[in-house]
Amino acid sequence: MKKMEKFGFVISKGRQIDYESNDRRIAEYIYKREPSFRLCIECGGCSATCTTGNFTGFSLRELHILIKRGENDKARHDIKKCMLCGKCTLVCPRGVNTRNIVVLARQAFQNYDNYAI
Amino acid sequence: MNIEGKKAIWNDYQKEIADDNYFYVRSCVRQNFFPGSETAFLKIMRDELGKDVYEHPCHTTCTGIGYHSDIVPLETTMTVVARQFALMTEAGYKNLLPSCITSFGLYTEILDTWHHFPEVEEKIRKQLKKATGREFLKPENLAHASDVFYKFRKEIGAKAKYRLVHKNTGEPLKVVDHIGCHYAKMFPSKGVGGAEYPYVLTGMIEEWGGQIIDYPERRHCCGFGFRQYLVQANRGFSIACSKEKFESMKPFKPDMIITNCPGCPMFLDRWQYVINEMEGKRYGQNGEGIPVFTYEEVAGLVLGYDPWDLGLQMHQTDCEPVLDKIGIEYNPEEKFSTNKIVEDVKIHNYVNV
Amino acid sequence: MSKHVVVIGGGVAGMEAAGQLSKCGFEVTLIEKENKTGGNINNWYKLFPDRRDSSEVKEYLDMISQKNGIKLLTETTIEKLNRHCDRFSITTDKGTEMTADAIIVATGFDLFKSSRKEEYGYGIYDNVITSAGLEEMFRNGKISLTNGKIPSAIGIVHCVGSRDEKVGNLYCSKLCCVTAVKQAIEIKEHIPESKVFCFYMDMRMGGTHYEELYREAQEKWGVNFIRGKVSEAGESIDNKLVIKVEDTLAGRPLKMELDMLVLMAGMEMSEGGKKIARIGGLNTGENRFFSTSDHHYGSNISNVKGIFYAGTCIGPMSITDTISHSRAAVSDVMDFLRDQ
Repeated sequence: MKKMEKFGFVISKGRQIDYESNDRRIAEYIYKREPSFRLCIECGGCSATCTTGNFTGFSLRELHILIKRGENDKARHDIKKCMLCGKCTLVCPRGVNTRNIVVLARQAFQNYDNYAI
Repeated sequence: MNIEGKKAIWNDYQKEIADDNYFYVRSCVRQNFFPGSETAFLKIMRDELGKDVYEHPCHTTCTGIGYHSDIVPLETTMTVVARQFALMTEAGYKNLLPSCITSFGLYTEILDTWHHFPEVEEKIRKQLKKATGREFLKPENLAHASDVFYKFRKEIGAKAKYRLVHKNTGEPLKVVDHIGCHYAKMFPSKGVGGAEYPYVLTGMIEEWGGQIIDYPERRHCCGFGFRQYLVQANRGFSIACSKEKFESMKPFKPDMIITNCPGCPMFLDRWQYVINEMEGKRYGQNGEGIPVFTYEEVAGLVLGYDPWDLGLQMHQTDCEPVLDKIGIEYNPEEKFSTNKIVEDVKIHNYVNV
Repeated sequence: MSKHVVVIGGGVAGMEAAGQLSKCGFEVTLIEKENKTGGNINNWYKLFPDRRDSSEVKEYLDMISQKNGIKLLTETTIEKLNRHCDRFSITTDKGTEMTADAIIVATGFDLFKSSRKEEYGYGIYDNVITSAGLEEMFRNGKISLTNGKIPSAIGIVHCVGSRDEKVGNLYCSKLCCVTAVKQAIEIKEHIPESKVFCFYMDMRMGGTHYEELYREAQEKWGVNFIRGKVSEAGESIDNKLVIKVEDTLAGRPLKMELDMLVLMAGMEMSEGGKKIARIGGLNTGENRFFSTSDHHYGSNISNVKGIFYAGTCIGPMSITDTISHSRAAVSDVMDFLRDQ
């Protein structure tokens, strides 16, 4: 094999969300079992009050969006930070059962990724 | 695709291009990358079209490359540009003809700035006078060299020996046109066809027999920029931009790419080699690359000039596939030979500013 | 002798105004430039928020405007409009002359010409249509691409020609968001297995039942809402539309392939209205719609005594609001003519 010359740089990776090729099974799993997930408008009321969000990089609003788009990597790591306190569910103006979404997301990750939470 | 829709937009963006008596200002680096281009331009303009194109021996870089890299402050750039105008006024010309797209963008930007802020123009006049004793008049017409070829594309087409078609089947070649960002993206009204669907190269290709490809990343920058490219570690971003364009145009199976900027063909040409080295990908058919040309080279080929006189041997991605498709006669043996007669170069002794 | 009021424009506002004026006992002439009345409502199939049939509203308007005492002149435009003492003299393009005691201008709106947004490729790429084009497909009962196939991924772009400095329209057209949601639901009704995406900058659901419609679109129909402006559209090798949009809530750009793109064209001052402004000496505002004498209590009153406005010629409004606005114009006309 021809030896690759050293160029001093590597080709940058794109950061676009590629909607078609992303894996949306986690989102589908949650939609089926918690239909109120569809109502979320990402207003951020949940993140504002979130206990964990106050002290770590956990943002429930962001995780909702990333799961919906199929960008599961961040969600997979962050979802275990939720303390299931339920403050988010109290705030939501659309009546989304946010706490159940976290529980279902954890189940889905275990289901599809064999990722123990 | 509905071409009528595009034609309606092209009609909206027409610009004044001067007829004759041009003051030609050269590019800093094009002579290195594509040596035959500017020579071919002057030969076609003077010998084939009979136009008067004057080059002042004292003219310099416009410092656009320095300005865009944050090395030269804007005021200095404006003063250098003012000096170029002064040389033009001194030689008695009114139509400025830059060879480089960045120059064109810079001149347009400076003229527009002076139009909105006359006090800046006054200041630059004073500075130029103080530094060099020169005075200037603003050019009446500013057109890029590709605009002029666009204007005379029919005349060039009439003299053409070859057309951009497959010699066996007569089918038009599929051509991707890539316009330099500084041509129309800053001032869409100053570009033929506007910024979304520029027509300057499309017009030339259509006149000379080819067929233009429209692909999703048509508007994407090739990644040259200036400031990030100069630092080696940042080139990953530049190459990623070109790669995105290649990935997007590949399904359309283009035969060649035509450009009108100094940096773009350099990038699109050289990066194909780098991408092949790094990832083993090639974007042409049969494991070839896609040859990249400047519009002067295409005009020269169409008129029947020898490809090696046009400097095509300096291209990284081999141009022979396109030459074979068109049926241009060339001697592969002479590609790298250096035994051509070179004219005596006159030495000038200009030291005044 | 009863007073003569001329209504310029035979759309929703004009028909309602003519009908109400006739009920009050005035002699009415209704002038319309097309060959039939209705104006822009002829473009819409089902109306928001409850998706009722537009022909029902059209029937009501026909009923009240086709009364004895209302003279309808179609395919007629106005060439001259002058005030003499306290009456108006009007000359039409057919040479007819008439005098009026008062005038109601109901020249309505034109949809924004979407080909001006070059980056979306309207008129260039196949399968880029406007909201009006989609309504036409609903009326024919079939949504299809130019090659006859049924689309499976459809994108709807909000704010085309509105809230956009580049085309000179800084204002919000008010009704495109709810139209987009209505059309998204209708697409899902026609093609249940399709994926529908709405690309919005803001969701402006200000009227009665609009927010509930938005909720229904998400909950019942599974319409996807992505917040971000579509920057450009291109065509891929299989004739699909490749769009670039910033997913602002995820903070990253998004690239997507769609079969069809629907542009929510905004509302602009109509060409007919601009002409009336010129020949009648009527003032227009920055947004090029007619400017009224007072925002709160004078929104039907113009700068020329005896000329009143009804409907969208003063700015974007829904059919409900247009009908109310026309009735208010009639009230102002009555006020004006009683004092004479």
